[in-house]
Amino acid sequence: MIKIEKLHKSYPIGKDSLHVLKGIDLHIKEGEFVSIMGSSGSGKSTLLNIVGLLDVHDEGNYFLNGQLIKDMNEKKAALLRNKFLGFIFQSFNLISYKTALENVALPLYYKGISRKERLKTALDYLEKVGLKEWAEHLPNELSGGQKQRVAIARALVTKPKVVLADEPTGALDSTTTDSVMDLLKDINDEGMTVFVITHEEEVAEQTKRVVRLKDGLIISDEITAVGKSKAV
Amino acid sequence: MFDLDRWREIFQSINKNRLRSVMSGFTVAFAILLFTLLFGIVSGLSNTFKGAFVDDAQNAMFVRVWKTSKPYKGLQTGRRIQLKNKDYNYVTDEYASKIQYQSARIYKNFSIKYKNEASNYSITAVNPDHQFLEKTIIEEGRYLNERDLNEASKVIVIGRLIKKDLFGERPALGKRVNVNGSSYLIIGIFSDDGGDNEERKAYIPLTTAQKMYGNNDYVSQIALGYNPNLSLTEAVTFGNRLERDLRSKLNIHPDDQSALSVRNMAEANKGIGQFMGILYAIVIIVGSGTLVAGIIGISNIMIFVIKERTKEFGIRKALGAKPASIVAMVVQESVLITTLAGYLGLSLGTYILSLIGDSLEENYFIKDPSVSPGIVIGATVVLILSGLIAGYVPAKKAANIKPIEALRAD
Repeated sequence: MIKIEKLHKSYPIGKDSLHVLKGIDLHIKEGEFVSIMGSSGSGKSTLLNIVGLLDVHDEGNYFLNGQLIKDMNEKKAALLRNKFLGFIFQSFNLISYKTALENVALPLYYKGISRKERLKTALDYLEKVGLKEWAEHLPNELSGGQKQRVAIARALVTKPKVVLADEPTGALDSTTTDSVMDLLKDINDEGMTVFVITHEEEVAEQTKRVVRLKDGLIISDEITAVGKSKAV
Repeated sequence: MFDLDRWREIFQSINKNRLRSVMSGFTVAFAILLFTLLFGIVSGLSNTFKGAFVDDAQNAMFVRVWKTSKPYKGLQTGRRIQLKNKDYNYVTDEYASKIQYQSARIYKNFSIKYKNEASNYSITAVNPDHQFLEKTIIEEGRYLNERDLNEASKVIVIGRLIKKDLFGERPALGKRVNVNGSSYLIIGIFSDDGGDNEERKAYIPLTTAQKMYGNNDYVSQIALGYNPNLSLTEAVTFGNRLERDLRSKLNIHPDDQSALSVRNMAEANKGIGQFMGILYAIVIIVGSGTLVAGIIGISNIMIFVIKERTKEFGIRKALGAKPASIVAMVVQESVLITTLAGYLGLSLGTYILSLIGDSLEENYFIKDPSVSPGIVIGATVVLILSGLIAGYVPAKKAANIKPIEALRAD
């Protein structure tokens, strides 16, 4: 599903440049539940942004669903994002003046689906994350956990191949963290590839494969206990 | 453009961000309001100037005589100049090709009496063309004709207010009135846009006056309408030539304004034309300045708004929005706000102008201020274009920000 070969990425800082990713090789197959661990500055967010087509790499190859990602313009990237990817952000990134239902329905608007169908599908997904009753509420009327569940529903509504989660539990307490992780597990059980970035060991433990990054390089890549038990 | 879903997005965005929308709309509405008022008031001034001359035909010229103020060829100062039929005939023959209407005038002041009602009125003895020179509007009956002139008939055309004075609501046409002791038949009743004084006048045939009062061929004034095919400059030249010609014919010093002068509407029209031209030029400069200020205002607000919405655009892009769809959304919103606000300003301006109406005519010389449809359409087009530009430039910039940077924005 996601194949990365010798990926490099630098950011210019004044005259110098900061080399963030120093040759990453990573292969994630369809249906995997992978977490990327690393301290801040390890390059994990940069990796996710590149995988999510929110940013471009400098060197190396990136294949998404078998397609080489190269010379992307914003229009092509937008199409691919809409088709293959679902995003979950640490800060939820809901649009503040839209209701929960409208937020969830928004990706379907950019897919060109009729309003009636959009709202119906969005309501189904809100029900799935247990927020059907909150459909008409604005984001600022929801708790952090509820917001993140709305964001998850929004990420899932287009039935993407890969769900990318950037510190999805970073702004949540431990109880809501568990409920969000349970949701991600359910998604994965349905066959979706889930790609989580985190710095919390408890979160990583619940995924099936943990890739550890340090200073722009992969230092370990192992199957977790959960992954082993599931594999059996 | 007619994507219902996009309109829904835009209305939601406007509705949920009312303050912002009202602020940007207000700038435009205010600019257009000022623009409309400015144009309306100047058009009102222009109407007053034009109205000041509605009394007479636009191409009228009047030859007037009085006493000489300069000695000439051994003749004394203070000599009384008298125009006669031969002078009138000379002018109308000599300059026939340059003349559209022609009439001599003799002024009299007589009492007109009907039954027990009587009053003094100014009576002018004229030729039939005088109707067009004075812009006399016949309400009932007819004006004087050539036959009246040839037969020196005792007929009279009276002003609307004379009729009112003497007859009240009773019919006057075909009745006989007593003018200075003689009986005259009322053949017509007229009105005149020149005001009440003009409607308290009466007209009789020139020949009748010459025969009845003095039995001479004296003429008080010669009134002409120059050929409308002449340009203003040609008409002015004609007037000057006529003046010189008549002075030399009547042995008047060539520069003696007092003895004989030609009052030429062409000169006045030329002056008014120039004055109004300058006034409109000033208004166009000031008005455009106001519009530009409004456009700059909305551009500033749009830049601010788009900065504020950068994160939202980043989210939309992460969810699959193409840059073009974001630009289109912002531009459409901006055009909608400018157009609505502009329309509001325009309507308010037009409404205020209609309230003002003629109320400022007395003291401020503003009559019936209004804006022409051409200006309204022009201003609307400018508005829509400015909304397009004000939205497009910053939106294009925002849409091209990488989503990762846009998401980081606060």
